[in-house]
Amino acid sequence: MTDRTLTTTARVSTRPGPHDYEPPGRPRQIATMVWRNLKHIKRQPEMLTDVTIQPVMFVLLFAFVFGGSIRTDSGSYREWLLPGIMAQTMAFSSFIVAIGLNMDLGKGIIDRFRSLPIARSSVLVGRSIYSLIHSSIGIFVMSVTGLAIGWRIRGGVGPALLAFGLLLLFGFAMIWIGVLVGSSMRSPEAVNGLMFTTIFPVTFLANTFAPTEGMVSWLRTVAEWNPISSLVQAMRELWGNVPPAPADAALPLQHPVLTTLIWSVLITAVVAPLAVRAFVRRTTD
Amino acid sequence: MTITTDARVVRDRFTGPAIEAEHLVKRFGDTTAVDDVSFSVPQGTVLGLLGPNGAGKTTTVRMMTTLSRPTSGSARVAGHDVAREPELVRRSMGLTGQAATVDELLTGRENLRLMGSLYGLPKGEVRRLSDELLERFSLTDAGHKVVKDYSGGMRRRLDLAVSLIATPPVLFLDEPTTGLDPRSRVELWDVLRGLVRDGTTLLLTTQYLEEADQLADRIVVIDHGRIIAEGTPLELKDQSGQAAIVLTVSHADQVEAARALLSAHVEGVHVDVAARRLTAPAEGLHDMTRVAAVFERSEIVLDDLGLQRPSLDDVFLSLTGHRAESDTASGDPGDTGDTRDTRDTRDTRDTRDPADTSSTAEESR
Repeated sequence: MTDRTLTTTARVSTRPGPHDYEPPGRPRQIATMVWRNLKHIKRQPEMLTDVTIQPVMFVLLFAFVFGGSIRTDSGSYREWLLPGIMAQTMAFSSFIVAIGLNMDLGKGIIDRFRSLPIARSSVLVGRSIYSLIHSSIGIFVMSVTGLAIGWRIRGGVGPALLAFGLLLLFGFAMIWIGVLVGSSMRSPEAVNGLMFTTIFPVTFLANTFAPTEGMVSWLRTVAEWNPISSLVQAMRELWGNVPPAPADAALPLQHPVLTTLIWSVLITAVVAPLAVRAFVRRTTD
Repeated sequence: MTITTDARVVRDRFTGPAIEAEHLVKRFGDTTAVDDVSFSVPQGTVLGLLGPNGAGKTTTVRMMTTLSRPTSGSARVAGHDVAREPELVRRSMGLTGQAATVDELLTGRENLRLMGSLYGLPKGEVRRLSDELLERFSLTDAGHKVVKDYSGGMRRRLDLAVSLIATPPVLFLDEPTTGLDPRSRVELWDVLRGLVRDGTTLLLTTQYLEEADQLADRIVVIDHGRIIAEGTPLELKDQSGQAAIVLTVSHADQVEAARALLSAHVEGVHVDVAARRLTAPAEGLHDMTRVAAVFERSEIVLDDLGLQRPSLDDVFLSLTGHRAESDTASGDPGDTGDTRDTRDTRDTRDTRDPADTSSTAEESR
């Protein structure tokens, strides 16, 4: 074997070239992409304001400014509010993916990645995993803030973990929306504009910050069927922040866990193929 | 260490052209960006793809590096077909694109680690090669700095270093020196010459005639997606217009005598009295040595005597009817992506100092 290797022609460098290395396996590709994105946080910690300062500010504003005038079926508004803010933070993970992906697509680095012997999907999967980590940091910060202002988990460990699991599952579904928007829009500004005028109001048009009872009937129906509402209701019940929804409540709120599962699967099933198509189109010419 | 001996043997045995393009065509809707382009680059040589902005250079490179599918035609890199074996092509080549293809938020060292890892290099190997490359590109001190704080020249060098982490036998460089100051440009040229000495095959695109002249073994001139000329720098220069003998007389009072002497041996002497310079068309080097001998024997003192070949700029002018530089001089930032710019919002590339390609001193070769 060795003597064959040594018959290298003078032209060919004796150092190993790319042919001599097995391309990295999928896990290493993805891990490398996640590592790259985590390094970005290290360089620009302000990237985390969207899951730290911003939601904490929301918690404080709603708890102390509106809290006094909003009536809920929970003992305290602050306890009632926190799952709402968590759901909103997780919905914004679509934002994080969309902006990050769009910025990569607008730069030469995406060409570099595409010229490497790696799967194109690793860029996407890496970014999605990163986004879940990013949002999870937010969930952690929220939990600590919540504990500080009076939010408590009153149920068992199992239901509590189920609530966090649902939150992550919902985040996974939202990532596909992010991939779709990030791949379709021409600039980060466009992404920002679109997401701010859609996802932002959608997170308000629910039971996140105020009970739906006070809304006009058609709006109330919309809000109660909003996937965010099921998620928030599920978390509140699983954490023991509210009693189970009354029998006359809207159907999604009577079975919030199941509805959240269905919504998450449905959003993923519909949006993921569109998102992948948009990404492939954007990176093909 | 995952060095697969078999793959290495395959690479060593391959002796065909490192890069081949056969009738490559790329259309975007109604526009034809690349129109029937064919060329072949032997291993260990440099091909310069020369043309103005929008000529189709970038699109050609994108097809050869599997980033863009040819509308028709085929291409091979290290013997692998870009359409049928893109994976093997990607394992055989490195690409330094036109827009910066490094991560601005990572340090130089982290960029090398990122790419090394994506090429599947073992960790220790990445560290060793990173040290080596940073050293070679004079970036050792900047290795721990974030790329955002790099100068244009440093960024370009890092971009190239990153492409070299897996030592690809074939390297594509899309306008490697665009936006660099003259000194950084000359430094980069030296690095590229070193790579070729080590056996790397280079394909570089450039709008700079001097650059192609300096680096390329062969030049393919393209304009509006078509190849309009091809050859060694020397052939291209010979192809367009004649060489000229240029001599400068030391003392103004000897200009007239010099004119008389020169006219006795060659025809069509032109005199610039103010510059004490005489010019006459020449066939080649033997005309010049003949004239040199004549003046050697005379009393006339010369400052300088030389053969001036037409510059590649002249070549371009005679081939296309427009100067190569003119398109850049307009500085249209939207004109960067060789017709694909309508599809993407990419970083608008620097169009700084496009005109400092001092296209004089051509006789240096």
